[in-house]
Amino acid sequence: MSAVTTALPSRVSLSKTVTDTVVITRRNLLRNVRLPQLLLFATVQPVMFLLLFNYVFGGAIGQTIPPVAGGEYINWLMPGLLIQISAFGAGQTAIGLTEDMSKGVIDRFRSLPMARSAVLTGRTFADVLRNAAVVSLMLAVGFAIGFRYQTSFPLFVAGVLLALSFAYALSWVMATIGLLVHSPEAAQSAVFLPIFPLVFASSVFLPTQTMPDWLRVFADHQPITVITNALRGLMLGEGALLPGQTVGGQVLASLAWIVGITAVFAVLAVRTYRRAVS
Amino acid sequence: MATTDPVVRVRDVVRTFGDVRALDGVSLQFDPGIVYALLGPNGAGKTTLIRVLTTLLRPDAGDVEVAGIDVLTDPTAVRTRIGLAGQFAAVDEYQTGRENVEMVGRLYGLSAADTRRRAADVLERIKLTEAADRQVKTYSGGMRRRLDLAASLVGQPQVMFLDEPTTGIDPRSRMDVWELIEDLVASGTTVLLTSQYLEEADRLADRIGVIHNGRIITEGTSDELKDKLGGAVLEVGIDELDRLAAMTALAAATGEEPVHDQARDRVRVPARDGAGTLVAAVRALDSAGISPTDVALHKPTLDDVFLALTGDQPPGYEPAADPAVAAEERSA
Ligand SMILES: Nc1ncnc2c1ncn2[C@@H]1O[C@H](COP(=O)(O)OP(=O)(O)OP(=O)(O)O)[C@@H](O)[C@H]1O
Ligand SMILES: [Mg+2]
Repeated sequence: MSAVTTALPSRVSLSKTVTDTVVITRRNLLRNVRLPQLLLFATVQPVMFLLLFNYVFGGAIGQTIPPVAGGEYINWLMPGLLIQISAFGAGQTAIGLTEDMSKGVIDRFRSLPMARSAVLTGRTFADVLRNAAVVSLMLAVGFAIGFRYQTSFPLFVAGVLLALSFAYALSWVMATIGLLVHSPEAAQSAVFLPIFPLVFASSVFLPTQTMPDWLRVFADHQPITVITNALRGLMLGEGALLPGQTVGGQVLASLAWIVGITAVFAVLAVRTYRRAVS
Repeated sequence: MATTDPVVRVRDVVRTFGDVRALDGVSLQFDPGIVYALLGPNGAGKTTLIRVLTTLLRPDAGDVEVAGIDVLTDPTAVRTRIGLAGQFAAVDEYQTGRENVEMVGRLYGLSAADTRRRAADVLERIKLTEAADRQVKTYSGGMRRRLDLAASLVGQPQVMFLDEPTTGIDPRSRMDVWELIEDLVASGTTVLLTSQYLEEADRLADRIGVIHNGRIITEGTSDELKDKLGGAVLEVGIDELDRLAAMTALAAATGEEPVHDQARDRVRVPARDGAGTLVAAVRALDSAGISPTDVALHKPTLDDVFLALTGDQPPGYEPAADPAVAAEERSA
């Protein structure tokens, strides 16, 4: 082993970066498999939302929703809930990262000759896969209590993938928040700060028409509404959209949001990561 | 024999957190193949120095080299040669012992086959083979510590950094960890460990650096340090009527001058030979027909180190409960 001093610092190769990312993703996923109660709790809440909203509000709201939903509130609700649980699920990224930081696991990783990026990408990958599992369970319950997509199977699948891509983008937002607040306790509450107003001031549960003007302008243009509308367009048809909107247009706008959020927050998260741990 | 290059070389390192000067101009260096113990109370800067050495933290000023490589310019190369066990065991509860070790092996860049083979070796070496396929949540505190310490061994590091490897574990597990460290050094690894216990540094370390308020206040071998401190002290409780005769007998037996500590009503005499001095003293008292009410051998504690070196207790210092020392005192 030679210790020649060179001007160029050693780098982690691309193939090592891939291996490291797989190793870290696997490690993070294993936690959900070994502690199945985590996944269970993560699913109970959205299923409860689904049942409560459907049976409590369904009767009253069923009349006011666009006819493409076939008069069933659940058809209207399901695409919105998929976005809601994707948003809530992404919060796990902040909590998982802060737990690892407080336990010294991140220090261990950083002292190893591994790709630095793998810590964050391995975390966000694992969280989106975990989100996929929760979404699948939700859909199973949804189908059981009467949800039916009104378009075609490929469009329905495209909608699910769009929801998961959004979850992935939000994971980077949550990673940034987690790295900023440091402690798991603080992360618990900090993640809901942006999520709650965005989810409720949106078209997730109800059409936005009845909101006061100032709120409706915000609600109609914020990403959660845009993506919820795209999902409804894909799963129910163009009739689910506001006049003048097209399914393609909403999907494109959604993709723009997803790519934009991911790009901005991946950079922010990596930067915060460098600072948070030194 | 060719002169060896120092395996760790730290020069004038400064690191501040706001107003706190966690490292205030630290310099130290030592040769490969030894155990170097960094001794200091809470907040002395031990963890901060370990973090600088293991590429986790950039110093504000100063030079740091590990295994001949500059930590600041080529951290990745340093990381292939070091292992770290932090102050708190960073093992995953929900993975088995083997999975934890294998994960670290993969991250060191070993092939899957090498990882499997070396992980099995490491687990054997730390005597965890039997528990290897159980989830870590079923492990005792000592087992976790050993696993954490050993996980890095899978990468066969040249230098191991151990931050307070025995803090918060029971005496039995502490012995296990000590044996593991001795075994490591015997196989050629260099170890830098931090400790709050003089006893631990004394047992394991070839060289000891005492750190206080971000500075190394003294450095040397265990014996050099003890000479500076004056070694152990024998304290004897004697009935007032026998005191004069007892002090004469103790002076003759130890060749030192006993003094009477008024406040505690004990006769104190330096015990250069530790237990040997104790035995000689008891014999001398016995043949003089004096029976002491109380005999105790006090080894210098970290408290004494600071008292002697700074004339001051470190601020906020709480004497660490040290079962090893306590046990020795009882058996004396
Ligand atoms: N990230 C940080 N932010 C602010 N202050 C810090 C940080 N890390 C360490 N310090 C401060 O620097 C000083 C040295 O801390 P350090 O953790 O190195 O001490 P230590 O010797 O390891 O103590 P202990 O025995 O308690 O582990 C302390 O005053 C501590 O509060
Ligand atoms: Mg410390």
